[in-house]
Parts: sequence; structure tokens; C-alpha cells
Amino acid sequence: MSARRTIEVALGTSGLDAQGQPLRAPLVTQGAAAVALDRVPGPAPEPELEADHMLIKIGPQHPATHGVLRLVLELDGETVVRCIPHIGYLHCGFEKIGEYRQYNQIIPWTDREDYLNSPGNNVAFVLGAERLFGVGMTDRTKVLRVMLMELSRIISHLVWLGTTSVDIGAFTPFLWLYQERENVYNLLEAWVGARLTTTATRVGGMAADIPDGWLDGLKGFVKNFPKTLEESVRMLETNAIWAGRTVGLGAMSAPEAVNAGLSGPMLRASGVAYDVRKDFPYLDYETYDFDVPVGTQGDVYDRFLVRVEEMRQSVRILEQAVRRLPDGPVNIDDPRLILPPKHKATSEMESMIHHFKLVMEGPRPPAGECYVAVESPKGEKGYYFVSDGTSKPVRWRIRPPSFVNLSAIPKMVEGHLLSDVIAINASIDIVMGEIDR
Amino acid sequence: MAAVASDSNGAPITPSNVPHSGAAANPTAAVLAARFGDAVIRSEVIWGETTVFVTREALHAVIRFLHDDPGERYDYLVDVTAVEYRDGARPIEVVWHLRALGHRRFLRLKVELPKRGPLWVPSVIDIYSGADWLERECFDMFGIRFEGHPDLRRLLLWEQYKEGYPLRKDFPLRGRFSRSEQLKQALAADPEARYSMEELSIADAFHSLPQDMRARLAERSAHDEREEGE
Repeated sequence: MSARRTIEVALGTSGLDAQGQPLRAPLVTQGAAAVALDRVPGPAPEPELEADHMLIKIGPQHPATHGVLRLVLELDGETVVRCIPHIGYLHCGFEKIGEYRQYNQIIPWTDREDYLNSPGNNVAFVLGAERLFGVGMTDRTKVLRVMLMELSRIISHLVWLGTTSVDIGAFTPFLWLYQERENVYNLLEAWVGARLTTTATRVGGMAADIPDGWLDGLKGFVKNFPKTLEESVRMLETNAIWAGRTVGLGAMSAPEAVNAGLSGPMLRASGVAYDVRKDFPYLDYETYDFDVPVGTQGDVYDRFLVRVEEMRQSVRILEQAVRRLPDGPVNIDDPRLILPPKHKATSEMESMIHHFKLVMEGPRPPAGECYVAVESPKGEKGYYFVSDGTSKPVRWRIRPPSFVNLSAIPKMVEGHLLSDVIAINASIDIVMGEIDR
Repeated sequence: MAAVASDSNGAPITPSNVPHSGAAANPTAAVLAARFGDAVIRSEVIWGETTVFVTREALHAVIRFLHDDPGERYDYLVDVTAVEYRDGARPIEVVWHLRALGHRRFLRLKVELPKRGPLWVPSVIDIYSGADWLERECFDMFGIRFEGHPDLRRLLLWEQYKEGYPLRKDFPLRGRFSRSEQLKQALAADPEARYSMEELSIADAFHSLPQDMRARLAERSAHDEREEGE
């Protein structure tokens, strides 16, 4: 099957000398006379150091920009004087595409915007669509969706903590945390068959009910995950290097943060206890017992503490959700939205017509509009739908939390050192797929 | 088991008891109507969310009042966006979503812009600094000018983008130009064009460029200005 190939290396190839060492290539060619490195006579001229500012461009192809962000920085020495962010390298026109899709057909697109939080986006989308259709969900689905939201909050924060620790110079937590992330992805795969792009929900229900024994897997995760989390956090929390690279950086005061529209851990680290789950509850979050962690300084270290505490609170919510999960169907009993069972669609004429019409024409919500926000790991994620009564939305707007959070980065980095820009940028927890959409 | 019920008119009734229309309005709507009179055109409640339509001339004063008034305190700007309907006769709507974090209230403001008229609304960046990118994106996607925005450039698309405004309904899904034309343009694109004059000049780097590159950049910007003037 595999063709065998032999690669022969001739030592006489140009570029290698007789000992097999690379030749020193000529740097500049001027006509026929090649100027090689060792032929430059005398010492290099001293560069003229003036009090001039310097322009540094980070990205879009830079691992520390967490995607394709481009930052243009004006430096005075090593201090950032001015920062101009450039975005749009991943722009795909999700909102435009949504205007040409039926509601259930848009759900796969929500996987791909904030791809670290796909199940959470799926849930947020159907919450908005269900408001627009004027339908609800079954009690079982409500609890299953809470599980999805909290699992995706945990995996998103795990990626954040892992990649940020790599940015700042700690590699071990990255590996430990990604192992736990794998466990969550295994759970998601067992449930919906996909790991990253889950498409786990449908308008009016779920793609599938949880398989047998799935809850035991979740219980195992809930039991073991805090241990890994605490181990990793213990490595960082009182670590002098970690503290030195995070404390006091990129601080935003509470009024500044509210005025800039920050949300999620970014806002709460500044001391504003705004959490959509508490202030504008959905999925019966008001009946769960959990705390909203709030920082005091609003710097990178506080954002780290807030996110870590949020993971602990998510574990608490998951424990409660496992206890209260009721039996029953996952899909609502509404033929306008829910497909008939497959065995009926292939055996009964009425069900087949029903299936055909629902797939081809799509369910139609009444004309109207709604904005539904959830607390995503990045902050307030909102979907704004406008319907004119047809099966496709007139407007589907994503309110991306990390887009608004990132827009405040000039305020956060100006006055700090260039090396701190990496830490501050990491603390925003950006996902460019969501920012550019 | 949440089966969906519907009333005698066929309108669905949600389990959380949010009716399609007729829910209690946000009290701010009445306050605005009393204070701004004719500048508040109408208000409506859909799915429990209050929408207030205001004139574009009054919009800045309305948002300033909502932000500053101690009884309202809409201190959080959630979103700025726009809606264009498939019905060509309906005006374009610019939408502001506001939250009062203290009062836990949510309000939607709208300004209707007739399609034939000039598309502009006042910028609220002096009230909410978070409006910066939201307004730029709206300009980028719909071509609505936010008067007073200090840096109203394209955000997600590049500055040389010539095809128009993608979220407008007259913009085809695949873009205005054919795939081959788009490819031709991409291949012919000059990478230097991605660096705006403003960006280069912030560190006086422009003056340290080679003479020929400077001439090309100056020529291009003069060319762009000529095109905009036409």
C-alpha cells in the first residue's frame, strides 16, 4: 500500500561543505559580486539610537494572539504608548448566511463561532429560537441543557487556563488541564457523537437523549475534576513568576468596565457582580445554588481567580443537575417543530408528509423579534432574532462577548510593557471565530 | 411535560407565560414618552421586551438621559446593530440594546431610517466607550454612518473592500463579484495596501520608507480620495 521511498543525501550538494556543514550563504547579491557574511570588513556601524518610537506588529500569525488577531503597537522603549487592534481575518459572514437558513439549520454555524463553547452556543441559540417560536422545553431538557452549559463553561475555562499558562511560561498545567478537557469531550462524544462541533440541541428539544450510563461518566468527572483543577491552581496561585506576570496588569475599574461593555469574568474581576444567570435567569438558574465570584482589582490575576472559582461553581451546579434530572421526553410535543419518529416516517403516509414538509419548508415562527442572552464563558452572549413570519430569520445577530471585551484592549495595554501585552491579551479569553464571525 | 398550548387566535402561549404581545411594558417607555414628547414615535412590547422608537435627532439626548438619570441608570450598552427587512418598503432600523444593571431592566431603542434618505445616526461613543467597535461593525456591514464617531473605518472587512455592505438585502450571498473576479482581485492585491497611512504615520515610519514606496503610497491615497469624491 505504501510506496517505499528512499531519500539520498549527497554530501556534495550545493549548500553543504565537504564536512556536511551548511555553507554560509551570501546575504546580498550585487551583480556578479556576492557579498558573503565573513567578507564584511570591520565592525558593523553602531545603530543611531534616538528617542524615537518604534512600531511593532504582533500577529496575525502569532501563537500568543490566540488566533488571527493583529496588534499594531507603538513602543517607547519597551512601554506601549498606543495599541491598534485589527480583526476580521476569520470573517465568514455567519449572520448573512443565517438569513438563508432555517432555524435548525443555523445551529451547526453556532458551533463554529465560539468553538470552545459549542454546546453552550447551541443551547443559547435554541433558547432564542424557542422564545421566537413561543414554545418551551421539557423539564428533562432544561436540566440537560444546564449540564451542557456548565460542561462547556468548564472546557472553555480549561483551554483558557492552559493556553494562558503556556503564554506566561508554565507548561505543566496545560497538559493536566487538557487531559480533563479530553474527558469532557469523551462525554460529549458519547452523547451527541461529535467532540468539538456538537450541534447538540434542536429547536424544542435535543438532538438526542443521553445514552445509558452517561450520568455515571458525568459523576466520575465531577468527582475527579476538582482534584486536577486544584493541583493546577496550586501550581499557579502562589507562584512568584505567575503572580509577577499577572498582578496589577491591565486593570479596569468597575465604572470603566461597565462603560466599555465588558462582560463575564472580565467584568466580574473588576468588582461588578453581573452574571446573566443571576440577573436575567434562564433555564431555571435561579433555582440552583451557586455563587458569583467577584474580583477587587480587575487585573489579570483577578481574572484568573474569577475563572478558577467559576469552574468550581460549575462543578457545584453539575452536582445539583445530576441529582435533579427527571425522567421524561426530551422533545416537546409540538408537531410544528418536532419531526415524527423515524420508524413512522418510513411506514405511515401522514408522518412522511409531515416529515417532508417540516424539512423542506421549515417551521415558521410568528413575526416578531427577541434578544436572548446567556452567560457564556466569555461573557454575555446574546442572539437577536428578527422574523417576518417566514421560515428563515430576517436578521440573526450574534452579540459576541469577546468582541466587546477585546475592543477595550487599547485601554488595558497602554502604559504596560510589551511582554505584558501577551498576558493581558491572554486574560481577555478571546476566540477569534466569535469575534470575526 | 411542556406541551404547547395556543389561544383562540392560534398564537402560542409559552410555558414561562411570556405572551407574543401585550406583556407589561418596561416603565421606562412611559417615562421617555412623557419627557421627550414627539421625539418618541411609539413603543411596543414583543415577547416581553419593550421597544421604543425614537427620532434620530433625539436619539443622543434620549440615551444621554437614560444613562445619566438616577431613576433609569441604563449604564450598560449591550449591542448596536441594524435590521433591514426583506420588504423593500420598510425602513432600515438601527437597534440599540441597553441594560440597567442596577434595576435589572432591558430596553431596546430603535431609529428608523428611510432607505432613500441618508443613512446616518448619531454616535453614542461619548456616552458608552464600548460603542466603538459595535458602531464600526454596523457601518462596515450596513453602511450606516455614526456621526461623531472619531474613527469610523471598516472593521471586519478591509479598507479597500469595494463590493459594498454585506448585510444589506441587495447584497447577494456569494458577493457581488464572481468567484474568478474575487480571486483575481485577491491575487492582484498589493500587500502594502493593508497598511493604512494613519498606521504607518503613528511612528513616523512613513518617512523612513524607501522613496519609491512612499511615492506609491501617496499616489494610492490620492487615488482613493479622488474616487471617494466622485
